[in-house]
Amino acid sequence: MQPSPSPSRSNLAGWLYVSPLVLVLVPFFVAPILVVLAASFFATDGFGGLTPGFTLASYVEVLHSALTLKLYLATIKFTVLTWVFTLIIGFFVAYFLVFHVRNQLLAIGLFLLCTVPFWTSNIIRMISWIPLLGKEGLINQALLAMGVVRQPLEVLLFSDLAVVIAYVHQLTIFMIVPIFNSMARIDRKLIEAAIDAGASRFDIMRLIVVPMSKSGIALGTIFVVSIVMGDFFVVKVMSGGGSASVVSAFYEDVGVLQYPTAAASAVLLTLVLVAIVSLILRTVDIRQEITR
Amino acid sequence: MSAVLADMPKSDMSKSVAPATTKAIAPSKGGRPWTFYLLATLFGLYVVALYGPMFCIYILSFQDIRGGLVFPMKGHSLHWFVDLFTQVRTGDVKGSFDRSIKLAVIVTVITVVVSFLAGLGFRRRFRGDSFVFYMMIGSLVAPGLVLGLGTGLLFQALGLNASWYTSALGAQLSWTLPFGVLVMFAVMSRFNHVWEEAAYDLGASRWQSIWLVMIPVLAPGLVAVALFGFTLSYDEFARSLQTAGSLNTLPLEIWSMTLNVTSPSLYALGTVTTIVSFIVIGASLGTIVLIQKKRGGRAKG
Repeated sequence: MQPSPSPSRSNLAGWLYVSPLVLVLVPFFVAPILVVLAASFFATDGFGGLTPGFTLASYVEVLHSALTLKLYLATIKFTVLTWVFTLIIGFFVAYFLVFHVRNQLLAIGLFLLCTVPFWTSNIIRMISWIPLLGKEGLINQALLAMGVVRQPLEVLLFSDLAVVIAYVHQLTIFMIVPIFNSMARIDRKLIEAAIDAGASRFDIMRLIVVPMSKSGIALGTIFVVSIVMGDFFVVKVMSGGGSASVVSAFYEDVGVLQYPTAAASAVLLTLVLVAIVSLILRTVDIRQEITR
Repeated sequence: MSAVLADMPKSDMSKSVAPATTKAIAPSKGGRPWTFYLLATLFGLYVVALYGPMFCIYILSFQDIRGGLVFPMKGHSLHWFVDLFTQVRTGDVKGSFDRSIKLAVIVTVITVVVSFLAGLGFRRRFRGDSFVFYMMIGSLVAPGLVLGLGTGLLFQALGLNASWYTSALGAQLSWTLPFGVLVMFAVMSRFNHVWEEAAYDLGASRWQSIWLVMIPVLAPGLVAVALFGFTLSYDEFARSLQTAGSLNTLPLEIWSMTLNVTSPSLYALGTVTTIVSFIVIGASLGTIVLIQKKRGGRAKG
């Protein structure tokens, strides 16, 4: 063991190491959030001019608007659907790669195969659904040729369905990676012991694999939930303007220079996100699990 | 994610040796369980859904001048690639491409250095570590557009000009750093402290142990962090929207193109950006392989 330094010295060393991180996060995360918070209490002349002051008018407006509830319901619907699909696909893809592929090199290769599209622009990946889902797209052409439908389905593109497809397409990787990571670290001896003790494969899944992948699931959930709830362009592009989310409404507000209401709804959304994430962090100590 | 790849061989080779364990879940010969076929099918479908749409646009980007946004393909040429980089109507693709690459390189360098240091700091508990940790998580989950707007307003209030190398750089770092540090956690959890202690026993100073022991050992993980930083920055949109100032970065340019341009130029852009990504990943993976080869050679010698 190296000589353990005195507590105050180790505090100082810790802070020295994280100081660059803090020096970036304070001006570019803490300060902007405070600016938004402040702006939410300001009054506006309606032309983008902000009058410093303290009024709850924006919050009253946001909370009283029937639109807010509708937006949150829409956002939550997208979030839950995306979360469920990415979790199911992500979990089983990771499970397949870790426990079913015998060849280690092949498993790595297949894992890499899943990560490659992640390196292409999100927006490009989103538009790439047009040739498939569009009115004259491949799926409609195939359905027409097979005689399944008489008229091209319009619901495929520019719909809620398209939004969910695009989210799942983009975000499943955020589930696969952390779950794969935590599954790969499960000690096979544990599973061996469980088999010796007469556990079925379902028992192993239920009592060992799922509990021990929980930090990965939690991390993936945080990624997916925060990205979907904070997103606006997938909703905008894939729904063809037909659907809206909390952030897309925020974007519209900013577009027409309604900063205080935009800020108030942003503060609200941030609070909701903080609540969700701290709920997740309360059940799983990610830091403990990651650094174990 | 590449941290996983980089560390897989050494951490899992030992585990895969135990045949008895793999037997129950994936029998080592013959008689695969039915779940194997089910999951293999699921995996196959996932990969097809992942790649299918993208291959469509790569193919469609090679149409000739009559080309449209859907199949069937009309002729083949490089027309839309030329169109992309010459015509004014598609905007400043070349300039924004340049800026995005430069910005991504700066973000990458800062992300690697800062994440590595923070990873070192978080190895031991110190007073206030949870505060820093939660600040980081907060920065990760905060809606990008909100943070971008806040940064934009902050610069406005301070009378500073927003530009891609100041406000957009900071806004992107508020997103790449938390990712980088989380990857660093995963990388460092596999670092064997015995090596560090051995270095101290041999009289190494703290900096010598970091520079001569930790960095070489963790190099593949650091490359992974770099890869993360590069791609997250290269693709960052929401946080750059209000902070990039008057000159666009590539994702912003693509965004404005999706609103204005309805030609296979868009697809050509997709093909070009994919090729660039592949070059970057190829170089990074090559670096990891090279590092590990070098290490293997040294171990033998």
